[in-house]
Amino acid sequence: MKEDILVLKHIYKRFPLGEGEFTALKDLSLNMQAAEFSGLVGPSGSGKTTLLNIIGGLDQPSEGEAIVLGQDVANMSAKAAANFRNLELGFIFQQFNLLPVYTVFENVEFPLLLQKKSKAERQKTVKEALEWLGIAHLANKKPDKLSGGEGQRVAIARAIVKRPKLILADEPTANLDAANAHNIMRLMRRLNQELGTSFLFSTHDEKVMAYLERIIHLRDGEIEKDEAQIPKTVSE
Amino acid sequence: MIAWTLAYRNLKGAGLRTWLNASILSLVFVLILFINGLLDGWNQSAKQDSIAWEFAAGQYWAQGFDPLDPFSYQEGLKDWPQSLEGTPILWRQGSIYPDGRMYPLIIKGIPAQQELLALPTALLAQSQAQFPALIGHRMAKNCQLQKGDRLLMRWRDQKGSFDAQEIEIAGVFDSPLPSVDQGQIWVDLLSLQAKTGLENKANIWVAAKAKPQSVAGANWQELEVLLAPINKIIEAKKGSSQFSYYILLAIALLALFDTQVLSIFKRQKEIGTYISLGMSPKEVQLLFTLEGGLYAIFGLFLGGLYGAPLLYYLAQNGIPMPEMADEMGVSMGKAIYPVYSWILILKTSLIILASSFLVSYWPARKIARMSPVAALKGKLQ
Repeated sequence: MKEDILVLKHIYKRFPLGEGEFTALKDLSLNMQAAEFSGLVGPSGSGKTTLLNIIGGLDQPSEGEAIVLGQDVANMSAKAAANFRNLELGFIFQQFNLLPVYTVFENVEFPLLLQKKSKAERQKTVKEALEWLGIAHLANKKPDKLSGGEGQRVAIARAIVKRPKLILADEPTANLDAANAHNIMRLMRRLNQELGTSFLFSTHDEKVMAYLERIIHLRDGEIEKDEAQIPKTVSE
Repeated sequence: MIAWTLAYRNLKGAGLRTWLNASILSLVFVLILFINGLLDGWNQSAKQDSIAWEFAAGQYWAQGFDPLDPFSYQEGLKDWPQSLEGTPILWRQGSIYPDGRMYPLIIKGIPAQQELLALPTALLAQSQAQFPALIGHRMAKNCQLQKGDRLLMRWRDQKGSFDAQEIEIAGVFDSPLPSVDQGQIWVDLLSLQAKTGLENKANIWVAAKAKPQSVAGANWQELEVLLAPINKIIEAKKGSSQFSYYILLAIALLALFDTQVLSIFKRQKEIGTYISLGMSPKEVQLLFTLEGGLYAIFGLFLGGLYGAPLLYYLAQNGIPMPEMADEMGVSMGKAIYPVYSWILILKTSLIILASSFLVSYWPARKIARMSPVAALKGKLQ
């Protein structure tokens, strides 16, 4: 029996809207086990990104309990949440969110710098991550010189370089063409299988869905359906 | 330390924006140093000139004497003890008549052999004229006199009777000090004492040594007291020039503030990314504050690069002063040699650093209140 890395109980998230409020998540409960490759799927406004933000400690639920990797992210201070994200989580964004003035190497090195790793260790680990993703030759390039696929690989390298237990990927293929989207998904699946890293996606891209082991359908802030599937293999 | 590293990387990567901010701050740094150095140099040379030409180590004034009160010249007189080192000066009211025009002035009698003051009184001893006199170049210009000119001089003797004699200009000296030049004429002390019936009398004694001995019937005037008016003039000039460079500094800081505000607005996603990667909002706030502060550090460094040789050159070669500068009423040589003290450099650097950190911190406070989610979406207004 695998351990639960994510336990959400009766989560509500409400946002002020005019004089009233908008409920983005309604009584949402969810568990996720280690090394899962799962996705939150649903139309825009269904609450996918809001849920990812709560799991990532970037936002707090209005109500409910959120335990991620054994930590109560619903009641964390900003500093503790930052520390938690730095040590335990990886983020991959739709628009890559690479730091524009840094080189590829510096972008990937960034989380290790926050962890106060030694220079030698940083260089070794970053080099390994870049080589693993096949982008070592881009090390000295700035993000604006990268193609979409290259940019997303750098973002993945930045997410995995600190070997997080859970990676949260928000629409990671939305800005990529089909070929690059498949390549990126294969890469992440390989990571999941070889390193045991858990992934939770937010997507409505069918190319992504095809690789997922578990699809959690959201609609209007509620889980509509939670289904397991046989994913597309890396070699396909 | 990490924040410094990141701030440095961010600014290095920002390229032109960094150079523009650093350049304007460096310009302000160099200008403040230059203006203050110029005034300090002026102050220093004015004091040195005053010591060399007028005050030496200090002055004894005969009781009742006040250089600003002509009536006291008659009352404030005394015999000075022979044991004193220095030179006596006798002041008398009088007038000269160049080309028939009357020109009231102060006649100052000084021993022709004295070497304590820079006044070229040896010319009085060397002159073959019956009654030689020295004037400064300002006086010469005002009265249209030159060396060798003869003219009538009138004075009152000790009993108030008028007397007059033809004098000959034995020399025109070039002093940076208007106070030994304008409205006065220098003659040999013994001659003046004899012509006014004031044998052995003088109004002041310019001391050769700083530590005074007590002299009955005289008041000791410390050098600092004598130099105080110069300090006041320089301080007043500093005050007015400070206004202009504070405006300059304010413009530079406004540019920096503007950059920071724009940065925070334009770099929202970056801020959100920092937070999602593990920085706390406070750490990002610190990062942005340090970035602003680093502009100042770069500015100081850049200012040092081009300012140091420039300011050194000016300090060595001086800044020529125009003719009209002579009319400012305070000692001013033909050139001013700026003086840059370590305190001035340190103070200016600290002012620029502290104000840059402050204007950077001000907009950066907004980061601590930002929602990381809104920042990531770039939705903050």
